[in-house]
Amino acid sequence: MRKPNPDTPFDSPTPPRERGLLGTLANSAWPILLGIALAAALHYFWPLGPGWLYYKKVVLDVGIAIILAVSLNIVNGMTGQFSLGHAAFLAIGGYTSGIVTYYGSILLWKSTDLHGGVLGPGAWLFVFACLLGALVATAAGYVVGLPSLRLRGDYLAIVTLGFGEILRVVLQQTNPILSPDQLDSSSLKNWLPPPVGGAVGFNGLPTYTTLFWVYVFVALMLVVAFRLKRSSLGRAMISVREDEFAAQAMGVHVARVKVMAFMIAAFFAGLAGGLFAHESGLILRPLDAGFLRSLDYVIMTVLGGRGSISGVVLAATLLTVLPEYLRDFDQYRLIVYSLLLIGMMLLRPQGLFGIHEIWDWRPRWFTRKPQTRSPSNEKRGAA
Amino acid sequence: MADFAQTLMTTLAVGSLYALIALGYTMVYGILKFINFAHSDIVVLGAWISFTLTRWLFPAVGLDAHNPDSPAPPLWLGASILIAAVVACSLIGFVIERFAYRPLRKAPRLNVLITAIGVSLLLQNLGQLSFMFGPSPQKMPALLSNVELWRLSLPSSGGARNVVIGLVDVMIVGTSAVLMIALEFLVFRTKIGTAMRAVSYDLEASALMGIPVDRIISYTFMLGSALAAAAGFLYALKYPGLNQPAHTTWVLLGLKAFVAAVIGGIGNVRGAVLGGFVIAAVEQFGAYYLSSSYRDVYVFALLIAILLVRPSGLLGSTVREKV
Repeated sequence: MRKPNPDTPFDSPTPPRERGLLGTLANSAWPILLGIALAAALHYFWPLGPGWLYYKKVVLDVGIAIILAVSLNIVNGMTGQFSLGHAAFLAIGGYTSGIVTYYGSILLWKSTDLHGGVLGPGAWLFVFACLLGALVATAAGYVVGLPSLRLRGDYLAIVTLGFGEILRVVLQQTNPILSPDQLDSSSLKNWLPPPVGGAVGFNGLPTYTTLFWVYVFVALMLVVAFRLKRSSLGRAMISVREDEFAAQAMGVHVARVKVMAFMIAAFFAGLAGGLFAHESGLILRPLDAGFLRSLDYVIMTVLGGRGSISGVVLAATLLTVLPEYLRDFDQYRLIVYSLLLIGMMLLRPQGLFGIHEIWDWRPRWFTRKPQTRSPSNEKRGAA
Repeated sequence: MADFAQTLMTTLAVGSLYALIALGYTMVYGILKFINFAHSDIVVLGAWISFTLTRWLFPAVGLDAHNPDSPAPPLWLGASILIAAVVACSLIGFVIERFAYRPLRKAPRLNVLITAIGVSLLLQNLGQLSFMFGPSPQKMPALLSNVELWRLSLPSSGGARNVVIGLVDVMIVGTSAVLMIALEFLVFRTKIGTAMRAVSYDLEASALMGIPVDRIISYTFMLGSALAAAAGFLYALKYPGLNQPAHTTWVLLGLKAFVAAVIGGIGNVRGAVLGGFVIAAVEQFGAYYLSSSYRDVYVFALLIAILLVRPSGLLGSTVREKV
């Protein structure tokens, strides 16, 4: 135990305890293990009745929206860059993983039916496809991140928007999907541009997206986001957001930090794209790469608060559930939605939680640290 | 040669539409520094208000709106519909600014942007209500008969071909030109224009100099909305198959006009006009000579290229950020 230093007004962090390799691993791996356990619990305890299928779809959509919004928050909230092309990464990941599972299933098992359960061989092909899609999206994130070195604010937003729109048009010009029979007789002409369905969308994908895998990836996203926020890279990102010039003067490699933010965000958006593409009842369409879908996620991050991970999770949940809830009012649905959006911006411009997390509002008695009598506390008490 | 001339004519017509819309984007951006996403919806309203008025007024002058063979209405009818749409949209622009954007004058720009998106969604979906414009596309009755004005015989690859210059295209280019010259005069020659330029240069300093900033901003919105309404009217003349208000073609039209404003140098009135024609040229010539399915790609690729080479646009001036 260190003696409290009366000269420093702030509580210094306690030095890390000595742990063995196993201890360190256990300490850093428990959140993700907990996440996997929770995802498995959600998956296996989900009621089977037909009435629950609809709610299951909503819960799946919420999970995917959380991944997309939290990942976008790394760029828009933490680093303060303004990306309007996040859906492009979703589309890249979705289409890449779709090609792998669709044509991979045909090559391996001669059909696009589901192969095995949640942890069966088909699901592992799906996970591999999602990760591959995420990597391709990361590469795209690097390319899109590069202009951020030269452009600021709205101009960057427009370039990312342009990127998404270009991708949308390019995807519309792709070849029709090849059925298993057509695959044998396909020539290079069918493969250039890739056979992913053109304007109709990439339908017929095996529906491997289950509660388990969605929430495993949600857990991964959340762990990465929280650890990133407390890492030196995360602090560098926040410093870039607050003042780019000051950050640069303090030795932050601004260019590297920005591109890293784009790449991390793109990785997870690509992952979510894989989940999105394989969800039953959804078809990945070129329109999903475009500006309107990107806007959905921008709205979630703004409503959640700049850089507040828990706030963004809450906003993503609300904004996914709310339109479903309003579905009964159909033609008034989006009117209510837009009015809420405007009202929210007028009444609470900093978003639900601003830069704070939900637990920053825990009651005082709940705080773990007892109020020690340090000089700074005494001063505060006197004042 | 004939193909070239025909494409050039289309470019001029489409370009003046883009330019009219881009002017609204650029003026708002110049003053308030945010992308007014609701601007494209004003264009939609302009087009749909013109459509509704046309449907109402056709029986009044003894014409049948549903009969495609009925003679074209008198010119004053079109002109009064244009003026009515312009006035209605200016008022809508004023209301939007007053109640959605003015309370956010001190808020971060991202919030204003989100509010603009909210307003845009609101306008689209209000317009789609069954007692407003309805959720299905409509056919705009012809307000002008597309009379052949000139017929040029130009050499083309397969022998001589005729290039027809119709009244609608000439009307679009003419109306936009008149409006743009009027705007140029307003911005550079009148007191209000001077005040607008002052506010866009430095909002706080111009407030200190006694310029009624809020009123000037209201004027700017009304002016931009008026131009957007005119663009909507002209758009409905050129493309009579009107899509429903929330259709993505409108969003894309707005985006392209915004791209035009950015390419010309956002905040710069002349730049927006230049950008509109540049975008139209790239789009039309690319569609004709390369491949028409990639026409949006040319526009956005040009945008990215120009921003990377000249981040402030063609006519924009670089603002050096001070620490």
